[in-house]
Amino acid sequence: MLQYDLVIIGGGPAGLAAADSAREMGVQSILILERENKLGGILNQCIHTGFGLHTFREELTGPEYAARYIDKIRQKEIEYKVSAMVIDITRDKQVTIMEKGTGLVTIQAKVIVLAMGCRERPRGALNIPGYRPAGIYSAGTAQYFVNIDGIMPGKEIVILGSGDIGLIMARRLTLEGAKVKCVAEIMPKSGGLQRNIVQCLEDFGIPLKLSHTVTYIHGKERIEGVTLSKVDANLEPVPGTEEFVPCDTLLLSVGLIPENELTRKLEVPMDEKTKGPVVTPEMETALPGVFACGNVVHVHDLVDHVSQEAKKAGENAARYILEEKT
Amino acid sequence: MTEKKELTCIKCPRGCGILVETEQGRIVSISGNQCKNGKEYAEKEVTAPTRVLTTTVKVLSGTEKVVAVKSKEEIPKEKLLPAMEQIKEITVEAPVILGETILEDLCGTGIPLVATACVTRKRDKTI
Repeated sequence: MLQYDLVIIGGGPAGLAAADSAREMGVQSILILERENKLGGILNQCIHTGFGLHTFREELTGPEYAARYIDKIRQKEIEYKVSAMVIDITRDKQVTIMEKGTGLVTIQAKVIVLAMGCRERPRGALNIPGYRPAGIYSAGTAQYFVNIDGIMPGKEIVILGSGDIGLIMARRLTLEGAKVKCVAEIMPKSGGLQRNIVQCLEDFGIPLKLSHTVTYIHGKERIEGVTLSKVDANLEPVPGTEEFVPCDTLLLSVGLIPENELTRKLEVPMDEKTKGPVVTPEMETALPGVFACGNVVHVHDLVDHVSQEAKKAGENAARYILEEKT
Repeated sequence: MTEKKELTCIKCPRGCGILVETEQGRIVSISGNQCKNGKEYAEKEVTAPTRVLTTTVKVLSGTEKVVAVKSKEEIPKEKLLPAMEQIKEITVEAPVILGETILEDLCGTGIPLVATACVTRKRDKTI
């Protein structure tokens, strides 16, 4: 069985910063596990700027921010596996992965850092009436289509939810020639950063309809439009305010949820509010020697904050390993 | 006559609200910003607004289909869509290195378009 002092699950911004800081502290035996075919996580598809102001004192795009950390990992010769999906972890710190070209591998770790990030809330979580036509995507999926695959999800777009990914995609799709009809937000205030409302919506004259939601999805094979309704103070649709908006694509930007399927296998206490594991100020879960950082703990607005938190987790993971050895 | 314009700074996630007062097109006061970047932004925004453009360019013979790119510096806001028209027409041959210039002069702005990611060349299939 493979053995490592430190196994880091996730090769996104959290995992990379944790690995870097653990090595800085003197941990030699480190392995990063990443399920995608390259390191960097979601930063690879976040081609817009706005990253790194705190960490590097300059404004970088997502891939540039990731590259800074990946360079550190390479320089320090920290081991990593890509196309390696963790499918199980146990309380005695055995990590089972499915690795492309190799198959099932079990790894014994002394310490684990959980850095799996988060996932988007799907349509199913919203209970919008209508059929299940094609053309409904989460904003992040559309971002992958456009920025990684180079294909457009549609031509006439409605975006439900004004989270940052939704706002960023409103601009991105407009630049690529699509017509973004509007961004509808059920709350009276956008959940996204104000700067994104300015540079992604106002710059392009895209209406932000606050206190509005989608109350019906039209179309059977492909989405043909949505019914938008105004909502009252209790977020209930107001009868008589329905408006039909034709579209061929509906994007959902309705929140992110920490991805903790693996964490739950460790049977550590979870926090109902953050949907992540309960952690100490040292970023250690209730199971000694298992640390967590980044969006798997709670969803962060800024990647710089993820990197800071992961640095701390990496340092504390290193202390745990080094103290055990002496 | 003093004209007032309220702006939201886009220079960092703080998003300060900035009030710019102008007289006959001349700026007489800028308030609400918490740093010098905010002042610079406000000055530009009421005279000649600029933005960094980020998008992708099609890649030939690469392990990826597209590569992320940006205008190396901010370009005039009204050039964003014309620049996209120009970028749509170009392709780049792999390998692409982060920082590499893809276009010398983006849409007559004199500002280059540079790659913000690397793409390696697809290895030719051997029989």
